[in-house]
Amino acid sequence: MKSKIIQILNEIRPEFDFNEPVDNIVEQGMLDSFDVVTLVTMLEEEFKILIEGTEIVSTNFISVESICLLLSKYIKE
Amino acid sequence: MFVVIKIHQRMNLHFKNKKVTGILTVLPSKEVLFEDEMGNYNAPIGKSLKLKAAMGFKSKRVVQDGITSSDLCIFGLSHLFDKQLLCKQDIDALIMVTQSPDYIMPPTSNVIQGHFGLKHDMICLDINQGCAGYIIGLIQAFMLLDQKSINKVVLMNADVLSPIVSKKDRNSNPLIGDGASITIIEKSIDNEEIFVNLKMNGEGAFAIHVPAGGARLPKSQETGLIEEDLNGNLRSKNHLVMKGDQVFNFVQTEVPPLIEALYKYSKIDKDDIDFFMFHQPNKFMLNKLADRLGVERDKLPSNIVENFGNASGVTIPLNISFNLGDKLCNKKYRLCLSGFGVGLTWGAMIIEMKNLAFCKIINK
Repeated sequence: MKSKIIQILNEIRPEFDFNEPVDNIVEQGMLDSFDVVTLVTMLEEEFKILIEGTEIVSTNFISVESICLLLSKYIKE
Repeated sequence: MFVVIKIHQRMNLHFKNKKVTGILTVLPSKEVLFEDEMGNYNAPIGKSLKLKAAMGFKSKRVVQDGITSSDLCIFGLSHLFDKQLLCKQDIDALIMVTQSPDYIMPPTSNVIQGHFGLKHDMICLDINQGCAGYIIGLIQAFMLLDQKSINKVVLMNADVLSPIVSKKDRNSNPLIGDGASITIIEKSIDNEEIFVNLKMNGEGAFAIHVPAGGARLPKSQETGLIEEDLNGNLRSKNHLVMKGDQVFNFVQTEVPPLIEALYKYSKIDKDDIDFFMFHQPNKFMLNKLADRLGVERDKLPSNIVENFGNASGVTIPLNISFNLGDKLCNKKYRLCLSGFGVGLTWGAMIIEMKNLAFCKIINK
């Protein structure tokens, strides 16, 4: 799951390398609110899930790990 | 010893013996495609196209230079008078809901009254409201109709915001459209009941705002200077600012409980509602709302912003005119309307509409 998330993030913002650990990708300007919308749409398509609107808050998208944690609520591996 | 218990009352409103008898939406003929303006944004084309797909931005209607909110309303009212769908003498109140009045003073409703030489025994009223402006306007109309001397109210929702949106603001420009609607509301001898739940939170007043142009910060050369925000959007203080993520979170958090409280208050279940006609900021937000409310997406149309743009308080009547149209002239539907945004304001209404004299869109 993690590698797929990194692949999608790199596709949305190719100017950044999401393989490198960053404290907060939202605060660092690597992911803006529209990127989050695009990311949610792509994650929903990729993992065949529907993420609840109330979960689409910046704190759930500050790192690859936080995105993994969010998706784990919807995906039973 | 007495203990005072403060009971939190919901802002539940209930009206009887009022009905909507006609809805006309006026759209500017000028159509702007998302692709036409994509090059203005400080973002790669591929990224803009992804945004277009996710948010449902396709085309929007905007006015030609110099056209104002009253021009759209006057065009619509002239159509109704010419087609004998509305008689000037019958209008007892003219309500204008807009964030883009023609002047700071006088009220735009008075300007329109004067244009048509309407009778003096009537009430003209301007209300400054945006995305929830249709709900607010209907509430005001219903309250006026409680008076013996008022039998017919004309509610006008109009906004021309495209001139105050920066063309280089990817946050706002793709979605903002212009338009107007005219809704006729009358007394009814039937016992239709209308239920409303409404909330406001002024602590969020600056989530959507125009910094300059009022008394707090008059327009000047300085307020016209273009600045770049953290996301590369270019705008001045004269332009509309929308904190999209805050608005999205507010809508997802606050609107579903409001609708659920309205079911409870009205004792009407969601399965008894034919259509959910909501304000339409973008497709993504609406689909998330539909999923959260457990409403099938075809019962909660989300096709207004992609075809016409978001003209604030006009999106609900446009939604009704576009998606139900003539059907409302001979069928009965129970609708749940909901508007949310500027203020912050969020409200919902359950209302039956049937046998409308007209329900259509015209182009200016």
